[in-house]
Amino acid sequence: MVLAIIEVEGLCYTYPDSGTPSLIDVNFKAEPGEFVLITGPSGCGKTTFCRALNGLIPNSYGGDFKGNVVVDGLSTSSTPVYELAQRVGLVFQNPENELFCTTVEREVAFGPENLALPIEEIAMRVEEALEIVGISHLKEKSPEELSGGEQQKVAIAALLAMKPKVLVLDEPTANLDPLSAKSVLELMHRLNQKNGVTVILVEHRLEMVSHLVDRCVVFEGGRIVADGSPREVLYSDMVSELGVGLPKVVQVSKRLSGIIGEPLRFLTSDELASYVRGKVP
Amino acid sequence: MISIEGVTYSYGDGINALDGIDLEVKNSELLAIVGENGAGKTTLVKHLNGLLKPQRGRVMVEGIDTKETTVATLAKKVGLVFQNPDHMLFAETVEKELSFALTNFGLPPEEIARRVEWALIEFRLSNYRDRSPFTLSGGEKKRVSLASVLCYDPQIIVLDEPTTGQDSLQKTRLASTLTKLNRQGKTVVVVTHDIEFVADFIPRVVVMSRGKIIADGPTEEILVRKDVMEASSILPPQLAELSWKLGLESPSIKAEIIIEEIKQMLRGGQK
Repeated sequence: MVLAIIEVEGLCYTYPDSGTPSLIDVNFKAEPGEFVLITGPSGCGKTTFCRALNGLIPNSYGGDFKGNVVVDGLSTSSTPVYELAQRVGLVFQNPENELFCTTVEREVAFGPENLALPIEEIAMRVEEALEIVGISHLKEKSPEELSGGEQQKVAIAALLAMKPKVLVLDEPTANLDPLSAKSVLELMHRLNQKNGVTVILVEHRLEMVSHLVDRCVVFEGGRIVADGSPREVLYSDMVSELGVGLPKVVQVSKRLSGIIGEPLRFLTSDELASYVRGKVP
Repeated sequence: MISIEGVTYSYGDGINALDGIDLEVKNSELLAIVGENGAGKTTLVKHLNGLLKPQRGRVMVEGIDTKETTVATLAKKVGLVFQNPDHMLFAETVEKELSFALTNFGLPPEEIARRVEWALIEFRLSNYRDRSPFTLSGGEKKRVSLASVLCYDPQIIVLDEPTTGQDSLQKTRLASTLTKLNRQGKTVVVVTHDIEFVADFIPRVVVMSRGKIIADGPTEEILVRKDVMEASSILPPQLAELSWKLGLESPSIKAEIIIEEIKQMLRGGQK
């Protein structure tokens, strides 16, 4: 069996001054190189879970923390943040809140500089990160003058320069237009496939991403209530009751299944269209 | 009634953010304005409450030329909810945020209390009454900013990207609030990238690209037009895409229609 890169056991967490727990007995494992989609209604604990994966919880937030979170062999509650930052990168909803340098290049260099790496190593990492994300042409620009999608890519490049094994993204496309969102999601897919980065992605727009991921985990009321392949999860009865926004292709396929008496589990319009075309007498 | 006639506007960079816009919105219409980033959507809606004045052409709101009145006067008629709630919110508590405009408009205290209660319930914010808006989640802040405008009851409601950060249940609730207000006679204009939201809930759509309106009409007709979707670099609704891939003669954004078409195809009704 492959050693898990993320291992969460019996995680319970309550924010300081809050009467209700945000996470309740969460158990989760991810293998190296997995692409895991996390979804669920607002306030279900997704964001809190992301913060627990890079040690922000409990280290920066305090609160009542029980259980174990181990990432790449390190327990998040007893490992210094700068150590964790080299293993797990966290991307937030609003890139404006993360970027602060005067140029894209300096922004991406900031992390490696703080690790006190040799200058040549920093330069190499910056160049490589910009290249992978596809924004080398923006390196002289100020992050402020970029579009939301470009800013989000700068934030991702800045994390990649730390060479993390795991990237955790908390609704990275929430403030992006659909084309930029698609391009950021495809970038995550590429990083996962080509560079072997383990990706944990929180996302509501399932129609854009469900076919790109290995696994889909649904949170509800601070607990994990579904965990499986995207087809298993999106086609389970429980998920539609939760009010997770099912893609239109999934809704149509489900109703067609009932009509033609054959279980259909399509995730994209391509899959459904070619099935129908193949069946046409 | 809103009437926009030949409006051109430039931020002074040599590009026309709006380039000869003609648009008429009747009372109690519900419409969406869609288009790629930089198409001019936000610039257009800023003309509706006089934040921007046309450099050429004119904008008439309820019979008033926006050039001949103040933003303060127009604000009572046109409620504009911005995209980023952080740019709108400033009060210490959610309750104070909601009562701010009402107090400024000089409403009696009982009326203010009544409207604030309505908004807290309508937007499921009652539990956050005494919380600072800044401690709320992105989606919750968004609802506070919506509520703060809706509670002063403007005739025309303009929402810039209201669905960002909302999950599917909250979007459905938002849609039913907007539909309800619309049935009560309000004019509702939604600027959005959320094409599935438009497909599901908004009957009329205006498509903008590079400062111009390139299509305007019933949502189910416009969003299935491949030429329009491509020209405006919008990602089409998933069912429009499915229709094209199935080669349907009359593409649709409605699940029932697509299912009927597929049933016919499987029966051998068409190739």
